[in-house]
Amino acid sequence: MWLADLPPFIGFYAAALLLPLLPAKTRWLVLFVPLISGVSLFLNSDSLQAVQVSFMEFELQLMRVDRLSLMFGYLFHIAAFLALLYCLHVKDLLQQVSGLVYAGSALGACFAGDLITLFLFWEMLALTSVWLIWARRTPEASSAGLRYLIYQVLSGVLLLAGTALHYQQTQSLAFDYIGLDGLASWLLFLAFGIKCAFPFLHTWLTDAYPEATPTGTVFLSAFTTKMAVFALARCFPGTELLVYIGAAMTCFPIFYAVIENDLRRVLAYSLINQLGFMVCGIGIGTALALNGAVAHAFNDVIFKGLLFMTMGAVLHRVGHVNGSDLGGLYKTMPKTTWFCIVGAASISAFPLFSGFVSKSMVMAAMIEAGHEYLWLMLLFASAGVFHHAGIKIPFFAFFAHDSGLRPKEAPANMLAAMFIASVLCIVIGSYPDVMYSLLPWEHDYKPYDITHTLTQLQLLFFSALAFVWLNKQGLYPPELRSVNLDVDWFYRKALPAVSSGISHRLSVLKTQARDLTSNWYAKLPDNKSSSSYSITQLTKRMSAVLVLLLFVGFLARVL
Amino acid sequence: MSKITSENNDEKVYFFDKPENVRLILRIFYSLCVLLLVLDFFVHRHIYVYFESVPTFYALYGFIACVVLVLIAKVMRKVLMRDEDYFSAATQTKTPENEESEH
Repeated sequence: MWLADLPPFIGFYAAALLLPLLPAKTRWLVLFVPLISGVSLFLNSDSLQAVQVSFMEFELQLMRVDRLSLMFGYLFHIAAFLALLYCLHVKDLLQQVSGLVYAGSALGACFAGDLITLFLFWEMLALTSVWLIWARRTPEASSAGLRYLIYQVLSGVLLLAGTALHYQQTQSLAFDYIGLDGLASWLLFLAFGIKCAFPFLHTWLTDAYPEATPTGTVFLSAFTTKMAVFALARCFPGTELLVYIGAAMTCFPIFYAVIENDLRRVLAYSLINQLGFMVCGIGIGTALALNGAVAHAFNDVIFKGLLFMTMGAVLHRVGHVNGSDLGGLYKTMPKTTWFCIVGAASISAFPLFSGFVSKSMVMAAMIEAGHEYLWLMLLFASAGVFHHAGIKIPFFAFFAHDSGLRPKEAPANMLAAMFIASVLCIVIGSYPDVMYSLLPWEHDYKPYDITHTLTQLQLLFFSALAFVWLNKQGLYPPELRSVNLDVDWFYRKALPAVSSGISHRLSVLKTQARDLTSNWYAKLPDNKSSSSYSITQLTKRMSAVLVLLLFVGFLARVL
Repeated sequence: MSKITSENNDEKVYFFDKPENVRLILRIFYSLCVLLLVLDFFVHRHIYVYFESVPTFYALYGFIACVVLVLIAKVMRKVLMRDEDYFSAATQTKTPENEESEH
């Protein structure tokens, strides 16, 4: 089948072009794009050929097939299918079209065999995804989208600069192991780091994702950050620095997540926390750790997507997702509540749910590598993630005090997408070999043994007990309508304040200078032409000039 | 938001509206916690890291970690929390200035 040999992104791009031409009632056909493309990728995975095109003097590898790219290829197909199903009811074509191109770009990037192809799709990821934020059409969304775009394009520029320098130094464009040495590799590292939401570079994510449309965030949470994880796994496996960065990423967002009111922003912080586990795995760099990172990326797309879907459903029905004004929604949205609980159990790594079988791989690899104190940090983060994503999200949205809101249950297509994601979470969690068989590296890991199951249950139950106890004691911070300052304060508040201060000073200086010159100018004798400008004055001046000229001429002769 | 009707079907009593149901769930939860604690003394755990040799290490760590997390977060709130329209207020006050400077 010749279609199977084409790189998958072509199908997505073509569908995005054709979708606006379809009559509104047949738009559900778009679901077949990820379905057919994904199934054909899976069935032909052994016989896929590399695809190359010549571009100027370079050979670009559009399709490079190995187990790592295939794993992410499957993942992006599943994510695209779920997100498209979830946004099927949306009449705004902008979202579906940009979602399709966005998913296609992620597929293009993950099958890229060289850095130029990667760069092209890297930029396409930025340019197509920002429309999912702008489609919300609020002033907040439009400015958050702009900030998002600046960050993403900055990442692209760094990638291009790194690629050029790397090519100049090594004459190679291969998108393969690079390792951290020299400026070129640091530029690439930073480019990936921005998209991977490294600490201090993470605010684009927590700023923009909660401002996107209910359906847009589901797309956004799946592709950009996972693509960055993929790029790090390709170019920087075993880089020690990543272990520390990852450990920091698991810990600091959970503090923010506890006090954040916007529940989708809570999820955005917990997305960084989950990325931290993947980054740790890549940093350790053993087969078990890398498999753990990839497996966790796979699971995270599904359960984080599921959680964003449930919050998107609430946003769609209620109009906001502020924990302070929600509560008691289980009464009229019971199905969404159940799906949210499944997502919460998966992200908290409950046994039999998907997070359990992948997070534990990273944790085990951490011990094997001898990072005992970092392992304690990850354990702290595991307890914390249960606390804010596992309990806080479902509790404040669907239970807690009754807000009096009685919204309708989510639309059928949203429920269907959430149902499929929930089933995937439980199936992968209960039969992890389904996913393990696809993992890129050779490994032999058994997640279910008595020690691991018992210790994980103890950790989770006593984290929950802490929540219950703190709530009963009245120590738990109440949900308040507020924003919390993060690194983005520097460029949203401090920098504008400094620059407006400077421009104010400059304008004061300008007026002072203008006053000074106009004063000085006013002191000059008035020589404008007017009726009083008489012939006698003219004669006097002409003769004065004549005398002056004669004097100068005399001087010139003498000297 | 006309879809949302409050005080409409209040006559229906839901599961968690009854305090005895909440109490029942909490009792089951507490007894599971106790069960997990007791199991720790009977089941032989593999010890990979020396911290783990502390009896009921995971239970203690989970509980303490979450309490510490929440208490630190509460302190962070004092420093970091701002009004809901903290950022948008700034852009609003800035626009008239910008308009003035253009004249």
